[in-house]
Amino acid sequence: MDTKRGILLLMVFATLFLLVGCPSAPSPTPMPTATPTTPPKPFRVAVVMPSAINDLAFSQSMYDALVAIQNKMGKDKFEFAYSDGMFVVDDAAAAIRDYATKGYDLVIAHGSQYGSSLVEIAPDFPNTSFAWGTTVDTFTDKGINNVFAYEARSEQGGYVLGVIAAKLSKSGVIGVIGPIETGDAKLYVDGFRAGVLATNPDAQVNVNWTGSFSDVALASEAAQTHINAGADTLTGTAQMVVGAIGVAKEKGVLWFGTQSDQASLAPNIVVACQVYDWTVVLDEMINLIKGGTRGGKAFAITLANKGLTIKYNPGYTVPDDVKSLASETIQGIVDGSISVKVE
Amino acid sequence: MIAQLFSLTTLIGVLTAGIRLATPYLYATIGETLGQRSGLVNLGVDGIMLMGAYAAFFVTFKTGNLVLGLLVATMVGGLLGLVMAFFSVTLRAEQGITGIGVYLFGLGMSNLLFRKTLGTVETVSGFPPIHIPFLSDIPVLGPIFFSHNILVYGAFALVPVSWFLLNKTTLGLKIRAVGDNPKAADSLGVSVAGVRYFTEIVGGMLEGIAGASLSIALLNVFQENLTSGMGFIAVALVYFGGWRSVGALAGAILFSMVNALQLWLQVIGIRIPPDFAIMMPYVLTIVVLAFTAQRVRAPAALSKPFERGEG
Repeated sequence: MDTKRGILLLMVFATLFLLVGCPSAPSPTPMPTATPTTPPKPFRVAVVMPSAINDLAFSQSMYDALVAIQNKMGKDKFEFAYSDGMFVVDDAAAAIRDYATKGYDLVIAHGSQYGSSLVEIAPDFPNTSFAWGTTVDTFTDKGINNVFAYEARSEQGGYVLGVIAAKLSKSGVIGVIGPIETGDAKLYVDGFRAGVLATNPDAQVNVNWTGSFSDVALASEAAQTHINAGADTLTGTAQMVVGAIGVAKEKGVLWFGTQSDQASLAPNIVVACQVYDWTVVLDEMINLIKGGTRGGKAFAITLANKGLTIKYNPGYTVPDDVKSLASETIQGIVDGSISVKVE
Repeated sequence: MIAQLFSLTTLIGVLTAGIRLATPYLYATIGETLGQRSGLVNLGVDGIMLMGAYAAFFVTFKTGNLVLGLLVATMVGGLLGLVMAFFSVTLRAEQGITGIGVYLFGLGMSNLLFRKTLGTVETVSGFPPIHIPFLSDIPVLGPIFFSHNILVYGAFALVPVSWFLLNKTTLGLKIRAVGDNPKAADSLGVSVAGVRYFTEIVGGMLEGIAGASLSIALLNVFQENLTSGMGFIAVALVYFGGWRSVGALAGAILFSMVNALQLWLQVIGIRIPPDFAIMMPYVLTIVVLAFTAQRVRAPAALSKPFERGEG
């Protein structure tokens, strides 16, 4: 290959990469442009998350919470930046370090896969607070005291949705589409199954795991499989479930969602969703940081602290007796008379 | 449980799902086969599929016109095929690297456009299943073979069509000649570059349709990285199928059916660890690949740029 051609090739490649704009590179997207503010300076939060902020699932739940806090506190008092789509852990680690260097008050690693990166980064920035979820591990046993942990007790809402599902299912066969048997996905599936079986011991709960959080095609096929096996009610978790909701909509079977409100995808068949609201946890963290505590505490969103809520789809009418049973179940979990056991 | 495995419901379920799942792989694998028969390796299949999936979805979402969506996806695919050909044929760039460039471009660009133009996950009503009188009503065979949408049938029709093109036409002869011995083909007046441009553009179009078959026929949604690596499986299936249309069909069906089977095994409650079940289709593909590798011969000039008077 002659030199001229080589140079041309290089140039075209450079243009190509510029065009792509490396969406997965740690390019912090400053949400509000910092308007020249008078002191006190705003509280600054940065978050790194594995999927897109509009995934109708895990990452969106965190993004929505940050927007809510910003609306509550005001743009002059609260700023946040995010990097989403960071499914490559190395990229995420670079972004976390980047944010810490830039002096953010709180850097959130929103994904259980980011833990080992945080162990290495957090000690280098003793004046920065970090948060890691979903987990209960704050690394205090490793001598690190500037990491908060947070998790979602998704088995609680899963149990409530399971109770409703058991009441609404006519065939008694209920399909669950799980991603990877770990974290809040496992908690949710275990809780859901327990809720169904507590309400209708004869019901059959079929679970299949796709081995991926993002494989939409496989999630869709998993839903088809459940329906062919007699299921008339489905649920599932992770951002891949949009594929399964599509199938549920086409075949007219009921859908129960978790993490975010998914009713917009299929207004006729989504019954209810367990919605994550991280604001309760973030509010507490922010208060602690302002008071000088940088980490060492684990938080959870639960039905009791309203970090988890059951949101009914207004487009689907749930019979009153089922709704009141669901309310009693929520009350029971909150006051401890019902304990949700997970395997 | 074991009895349930061999029940009619399971059988129909696995076969139907296998045929449905095979659709995107078939378009992409046959597209890539065309290119490879002429001596071009394109690792950018997944990126082209993503751009096709996005284009089809966006156009359908905005206009409600499925045919227009499919057409635009085909054009976008063809355009990326042209880009790929420009790098590999005209600039004689290293094809593996170029392909990865096209993949990253498709992945990033489809995601960027998705965010800027749609913002969130939306749905469309895709191509509906076609009910064929009599055929669709046959017990067992009806649901397995005649309950699908037009793109599924198109994928299967592509197998004999591409076989005919490659083996029974002058153009097919030229494609194979260029892939096996470009020097000889060139000396006989065949335009090596012309043929390679042709296969890469048509291949790109088919890969665009592969993406469309996901976003407006099978799943009817678009999400970032919708294909999750299907394009790379398609490239593997080209080797698996021994660079033949029928081989591509066998590979796509086998891979899809084992995938469908593992979902069924879990639902029936046969307690094999899910991680193992998920591995099955991939492991099987590698095993078969290992056996077929010795049997078939790759196009001799595969991935080698052609320059007149060289070597």
